[in-house]
Amino acid sequence: MKKLIAVIALAILPVASMANTGESMKLESANIDLGNEAAIQRGVKYFVNYCMGCHSAQYVRYKLFTKSGLSEQQIKDNLIFNGSNVGDLMTNAMAGEYAANAFGAPAPDLTLEARRRSADWIYTYLKGFYTDPSRPTGVNNTVFHNVGMPNVLWELEGIKDPVYRYEVHEGGHVVAEFESEAQARVKARELGEDARVEKVVGHFNLVRPGTKSAGEFDQVVRDLATYLTYIAEPVKLERQRLGVWVLLFLVVFTVLAYITKKEWWKDVH
Amino acid sequence: MSLIGWIDERFPLTKVWNEHLAQYYAPKNFNAWYFFGSLAMLVLVNQIATGVWLAMAYKPDASLAFGSVEYIMRDMDYGWLLRYMHSTGASAFFIVVYLHMFRGLMYGSYRKPRELLWIIGLIIYLVMMATAFFGYLLPWGQMSYWGAQVIVNLFSAVPFVGDDLSLWIRGDYVISDATLNRFFALHFLLPFILSALVFIHIVALHKVGSNNPDGIEIKKGPRGNHWSSDAPADGIPFHPYYSVKDIFGVGVFLIFFAAVIFFWPDLGGLFLEAPNFESANPLKTPPHIAPVWYFTPFYAMLRAVPPLFNSQFPGVLVMFASILIMFFLPWLDRSPVKSVRYKGRIFKFSLAMFAVTFVVLAYLGLQPVTPTKTLLARIFTGVYFAFFLLMPWYSKIDKTKPVPERVTQ
Repeated sequence: MKKLIAVIALAILPVASMANTGESMKLESANIDLGNEAAIQRGVKYFVNYCMGCHSAQYVRYKLFTKSGLSEQQIKDNLIFNGSNVGDLMTNAMAGEYAANAFGAPAPDLTLEARRRSADWIYTYLKGFYTDPSRPTGVNNTVFHNVGMPNVLWELEGIKDPVYRYEVHEGGHVVAEFESEAQARVKARELGEDARVEKVVGHFNLVRPGTKSAGEFDQVVRDLATYLTYIAEPVKLERQRLGVWVLLFLVVFTVLAYITKKEWWKDVH
Repeated sequence: MSLIGWIDERFPLTKVWNEHLAQYYAPKNFNAWYFFGSLAMLVLVNQIATGVWLAMAYKPDASLAFGSVEYIMRDMDYGWLLRYMHSTGASAFFIVVYLHMFRGLMYGSYRKPRELLWIIGLIIYLVMMATAFFGYLLPWGQMSYWGAQVIVNLFSAVPFVGDDLSLWIRGDYVISDATLNRFFALHFLLPFILSALVFIHIVALHKVGSNNPDGIEIKKGPRGNHWSSDAPADGIPFHPYYSVKDIFGVGVFLIFFAAVIFFWPDLGGLFLEAPNFESANPLKTPPHIAPVWYFTPFYAMLRAVPPLFNSQFPGVLVMFASILIMFFLPWLDRSPVKSVRYKGRIFKFSLAMFAVTFVVLAYLGLQPVTPTKTLLARIFTGVYFAFFLLMPWYSKIDKTKPVPERVTQ
């Protein structure tokens, strides 16, 4: 039996490593802490102020944030601008249509965005806007190329110009990088037909500072990522807490079941 | 007169209890592989119990379905627990059943006189796949929608009647509210048929008796044990021996099951896929559509076959053949012994290759198509079929070891 398992494991390994070549966008770590109630409170504040003009969180009730330390009165005073009740869902009837007309696509509901993408994706995306005059909104994004959404946080972040870099790809790998496109083309020609040049945003150049410093803005985006991760699955921390007790119970149960089995099986020879 | 006596005169309660539990003699040498049968029943019960409660809040309506799942996850007391038990249970069901089937392959549990037992088991597996397929549409996420679209479109590859057939299945020209409604009805119905089939599976099992890791028929061996003078000497009463042992197995299983439910319910996108957290959108095709992991070995074989005369039908045929061929297994194995323990190197190697093939195909079915992966899928599809089609030859020439008279511990 052990031999069989070893044979299977050895045979799978090379195939698995061989097949595992796929492009993946490099994301920055959002480094969020779901237990940080203050971050969730700030996140929902940014959300209702900057995002909810177009987006909704239609499966979330405002009341949810009583679990993050806000009172119902505080929620009413600070988070609700459309006369909703505290027990209502964070919907937005007008916004979808408005966004569809203004930006060409209805703004998606963001309740589950953190589960559909990830906290890291949201963090990198919100920091990834840069000026691009060819786009109708004047901006493009490193994570979501040609996104329809404008950079709604620009006042906080400031305006960033991209500084491009030219990568030479061959056989699925980056083999060289250049500041100038001409040099990259020369290199690609040297390498042969399989090589191609790709223009990527190397880094940003802050051309107009925002109201927040870079560090402060990172915190804003981290708060939003924390908030979106929280609303995507509000029960996550509770489920993990409960899970510890369930597992402890099951371990005790299984040990007792094992002892019982041993006892019963004494007369089987 | 006692209550039991009163019942026994009207219903064979004691008789059934004895025949199937207290005086049903199972071989005493079962190993850990034998847990998976009872675990499959446990998971079936879990699916039915959690499923009924989910159905109390779920809305089979294209405009409400996705939201009703979120309602269950957020506003229903412990709805999230029921939903994760159900979604994790679906995957657990297939894991447990695949291991149960592999046990059968290892110890020759499909061989005479258990051919019918094996066939009933395969029918259970088919009904399970249908149930899972119908159920996967219900959350009405992007992957639910497009996965169903792809699978139903397979039927349109059938020559002549294909388009009508897929139209008949969907009840519409695309996956729509009509499809969702009927899939919900079928997803609710099939578990009852599944339960009936499990009952028949066990009736068949108790007629022929359980196989064991040595592949020895204990009924043909000497008689007389601790409990009865004419019971098989190597048998022990199922209850209490295997009932207490299976409870231990249940404990171990539940530790893994709960660990996933409470700490990793999406299992990195395998049990709950990220695109399925977006509501179904008939106008937006996801860049990469893959079925749930338990279907992907067959999906990989489907994709591996090149189209013929512009038709995907050969691929569809190969996919269905890959399941149908399992029905012939009892007659493909010509080895004089049942258990892998006494079979020779060729069979051991073939079985290991088959297990590897299944896992590799499952992996390939999850991945986007590339030329290398298509080539790998073709090779492993070949290996998959070779395991079955060459079995009459290699199981016959394989050098076997002598089988002992009595079961070993």
